[in-house]
Amino acid sequence: MTTKSTTAERPRAAAEPGTLVLLCLAAWIIPGAGHFWMGRRQKAIVFLVALPAMFLIGLLLKGRVFPFELSEPLVGLAAVANLLAGAPWMLARLMEAGAGTVTAATYEYGNCFLIVSGLLNFLVILDAYDIALGRK
Amino acid sequence: MTSHFLLLVLFSFFVSLVFSVLLRDEPREQLRTGAMMFGGFIATAIVLGWLMFPFPL
Repeated sequence: MTTKSTTAERPRAAAEPGTLVLLCLAAWIIPGAGHFWMGRRQKAIVFLVALPAMFLIGLLLKGRVFPFELSEPLVGLAAVANLLAGAPWMLARLMEAGAGTVTAATYEYGNCFLIVSGLLNFLVILDAYDIALGRK
Repeated sequence: MTSHFLLLVLFSFFVSLVFSVLLRDEPREQLRTGAMMFGGFIATAIVLGWLMFPFPL
């Protein structure tokens, strides 16, 4: 009699809470680090190249790295999306890059690249988390 | 670099790349999904652009 393989039967590679937190933290700081940790190296390299490249393009297009302003909810949400990019966001803040030039024709494009880079990294973190739990 | 179309292509490329690698495991499937997604982005943008053409802003 054959048995079906279900997600519950798959091995849990890093199911301990402490390891999961570290994995998510690593995946946030360095895009693709979570996948690299879980042995998905090809995917990790793609994320490591593509996501910071998107962030960099956003900065080159004179996009803005938004500050945390609770008085303006949309700006606050954009700031959270920027923060999710991890190390590129930290470097941009440290180097005081991403002031944004509102009058530039590419300003909104730059914002789009910066925000989507962070949101995609969030999806990558969730994917690494799922892999660690044995769901994928 | 102010070509709107070039920026659209660049954005579509990166988003398609990340999504296809995220969603599929086999390289052949990744390529197929990525190409379809990329084509979808470009085609949708061009169609919507033409549909919006008569409306002045």
